[in-house]
Amino acid sequence: VENVRLLDRLSSRKAALGTLYLTATHVIFVENVSETRKETWVLHSQISSIEKQATTATGCPLLIRCKNFQVIQLVIPQERDCHDVYISLIRLARPVKYEELYCFSFNPKLDKEEREQGWKLVDLNEEYNRMGIPNNYWQISDVNRDYGVCDSYPTEVYVPKSATAHIIVGSSKFRSRRRFPALSYYCKDNNASICRSSQPLSGFSARCLEDEQMLQAIRKANPGSDFIYVVDTRPKLNAMANRAAGKGYENEDNYSNIKFQFIGIENIHVMRNSLQKMLEVCELKSPSMSDFLWGLENSGWLKHIKAIMDAGIFIAKAVAEEGVSVLVHCSDGWDRTAQVCSVASLLLDPYYRSMKGFMVLIEKDWVSFGHKFNHRYGNLDGDPKEISPVIDQFIECVWQLMEQFPCAFEFNERFLIHIQHHIYSCQFGNFLCNSQKERRELKIQERTYSLWAHLWKNRADYLNPLYRADHSQTQGTLRPQMAPCNFLYKFWSGMYNRFEKGLHPRQSVTDYLMAVKEETQQLEEELEVLGERLANLQKSQLNDNKVKSKQQDRSKQLGLSTSNNSLANTPQEYSSDLKSFPSRSPSQGDEEDSALILTQDNLKSSDPDLSANSDQESGVEDLSCRSPSGGGCLPSEDSGKDSDEAVFLA
Amino acid sequence: MMRSSQPLTGTNGRRCKEDEKLINATLRPGKRGYIIDTRSLNVAQQARAKGGGFEQEAHYPQWRRIHKCIERFNILQESLIKLVEACNDQSHNMDRWLSKLEASNWLTHIKEILTAACLAAQCIDREGASVLVHGTEGTDSTLQVTSLAQIILDPSCRTIRGFESLVVREWLQAGHPFQQRCAQSAYSNSKQKWEAPVFLLFLDCVWQILRQFPCSFEFNEQFLIMLFEHAYASQFGTFLGNNENERSKLKLSQKTMSLWSWVNRSEELSKFQNPLFEANSLVIWPSVAPQSLQLWEGVFLRWNRPSKFLDEAHEEMINIIKYN
Repeated sequence: VENVRLLDRLSSRKAALGTLYLTATHVIFVENVSETRKETWVLHSQISSIEKQATTATGCPLLIRCKNFQVIQLVIPQERDCHDVYISLIRLARPVKYEELYCFSFNPKLDKEEREQGWKLVDLNEEYNRMGIPNNYWQISDVNRDYGVCDSYPTEVYVPKSATAHIIVGSSKFRSRRRFPALSYYCKDNNASICRSSQPLSGFSARCLEDEQMLQAIRKANPGSDFIYVVDTRPKLNAMANRAAGKGYENEDNYSNIKFQFIGIENIHVMRNSLQKMLEVCELKSPSMSDFLWGLENSGWLKHIKAIMDAGIFIAKAVAEEGVSVLVHCSDGWDRTAQVCSVASLLLDPYYRSMKGFMVLIEKDWVSFGHKFNHRYGNLDGDPKEISPVIDQFIECVWQLMEQFPCAFEFNERFLIHIQHHIYSCQFGNFLCNSQKERRELKIQERTYSLWAHLWKNRADYLNPLYRADHSQTQGTLRPQMAPCNFLYKFWSGMYNRFEKGLHPRQSVTDYLMAVKEETQQLEEELEVLGERLANLQKSQLNDNKVKSKQQDRSKQLGLSTSNNSLANTPQEYSSDLKSFPSRSPSQGDEEDSALILTQDNLKSSDPDLSANSDQESGVEDLSCRSPSGGGCLPSEDSGKDSDEAVFLA
Repeated sequence: MMRSSQPLTGTNGRRCKEDEKLINATLRPGKRGYIIDTRSLNVAQQARAKGGGFEQEAHYPQWRRIHKCIERFNILQESLIKLVEACNDQSHNMDRWLSKLEASNWLTHIKEILTAACLAAQCIDREGASVLVHGTEGTDSTLQVTSLAQIILDPSCRTIRGFESLVVREWLQAGHPFQQRCAQSAYSNSKQKWEAPVFLLFLDCVWQILRQFPCSFEFNEQFLIMLFEHAYASQFGTFLGNNENERSKLKLSQKTMSLWSWVNRSEELSKFQNPLFEANSLVIWPSVAPQSLQLWEGVFLRWNRPSKFLDEAHEEMINIIKYN
């Protein structure tokens, strides 16, 4: 469709004119401006909702909201075309079969072996070995080898040595969805463990010998403690209500030596609504500080994040400080349980704070343990009530921790954002379907590529320059505080306002430090080379004058051109009350790759916006990642398909 | 950019040719000027009843007046007290924290002040127009605006010496009444009539800009925190008194040491330097969206949690750059 306008979301003054294309996998908008021909690509899988708005004099507006929080506003001149696009997008964004998803057509031009290797990068067997299993207390069990016991569990589960197959099977019959207690994390220093399951089918008075034996087995696997905690991550009321449906929670009277605890994290519906409310706040035009803070509070989002974090802290404390094992469950043991177990593991074990370890963590507690990616993130068109930002919340917990412990993580914010992006993008096969069983049936590993390999290949872009493996902050358990005035939970604008660059710090500390480190490395290599050369020359006794070291201009090396005033930063619109205050803010949307081009808005009467919108940053070089150009690179931040998040330095 | 106090137009609409001549003299040929009044139009109008007021369009035809309301200083003290109370509330309740934070309005003030300063800077940089800033007395919000505008516009104000000069010029010499404003801070038992965290708000705004442009300032957060502390209690005489007149009468330059003489020693200065600083000649425009403004943890949560982890990060940064 031609002559479509792409509006800047917050300022209707700024609009780009171009052509809209719909392909089998993407929506693409290409600007008419001949020099740049800037492209905006959006994967259909990313589309969360499409809204057709009332036709105006200028055309028919279409608002596309994405799961990665990108919001695209188009104005299509003809109502008929708009309707066609709308109907098409509705269908394209709601695939019916897996084969429609991008991962089945995405081709990064790797050969079969590379594809296989990519899938082998994360190996859970290796991970449990790393933990020290099998050992005297824990072993691997193949009781679920054909998914006969629990179809949402993996084929390989780790259980206490004293848990026989009989006990496991018996216990599984007493658990919702047959999700029996299985090992998530084992601490070899003190034998305490974190196990996970779903709720018991206890109703008001039902008992199951094998299930009780199972919990005893978990306790016995930790000789250092005579009891275990059983943590129900639901609010007490909800858990009690479940009893009426024949489910519920563990009665301390029936299970010997357990200490039972409710944590009170809300369910997926509450979380879905919470995110919705928060996004509404993000979409406000020129909100006042009060509007924003009140809206944020009203959404409850940070409260939920804190609840998850607090649960993780409780469990980590139990394991690290008390040396007591914990069994965690919620209702079905695949949402809150996954969040809480992975946060706790992250706090406990520095390995999970390394890049590889983090991938392993997600693979372990989310992928293998049957988190319902398809239902939660809408790979395929399904029940909207199943949709919920469960893993998003976990990812945010990690970010909050990164802000408080800047040296403790090997990876940076961009790593988290890209993972979130790809959970929804369906460009890679890792997060498809609802269980390992389904993925194997679809032969995902033979037909798609692994995200982990892609990220690993580009790991230089995801490193945290402040991380040092030998640093005290990176080792051992992280012990964050719990009161919000002691652990400042921040609004993650990098995620929820991801595409509004004007809102973020205009100079990136991470990228600056990475550039410095890179240069240091180059200088070290050069130093070595020159050292050798010098030695050689001294040997052959040549004149010293011929040895000239190449002095490189440091600024140039780092791509920092400090004298380039034409790339000046652009002001926001600060006046909200003057019609005739012509703000000649020459900004136009985000330029990541190309040099910033300042086009002058002519003196139109201002449509005042006090908010920060897509502004141009002061900057020079695009130190964007060296992403493979073979199609499907992260179409991030409003920019062209081939570039990744750009970096701005003064 | 000029600063002053309010014109005494009163209810009769008095005019003063000398005043008009003075400010017109700053106009660039063929250009108009902007008067940024840090009071709302209402407040400015009400001021007339007490003999004050604002510049009439008829008398100052080449000037356009913009009202950019910044809260009056006494309100600011209330704000600080509420904020500090929120920060001391050790309950684990997130709703309570957020609502107390919001109720304090601290960040609202930050947004207002920054917006006004950005506007002033925009007039100068984008319009090439002269600007006159004033509130009522010209000793509080006026100074916040003029000093922040210079930080936005002038890279030399982002150097350590430049910032020190800025503080001396726009706060000390300009007559911000430090003794009145920084007498007791947030924990005072008695209600102090003239007390207000005006200077702290200014430093907070600087920190907000620093956070958005971490490579554009020669000094670091510690420097700002140090200035905050010395404004309230100091073994140096720099921040004593309410204006130069008083300082001269008190013979401070003979009887006390200057803060700058200590700060600028190399061993002290090294603590306040920003390892990420790369001098640039840019005008830097901060975002004033709510998402971009954050609570200044370094000041308000300073005693709530160990600074260890952030200190280590800072150290690591220094190591990386030094090694290079």
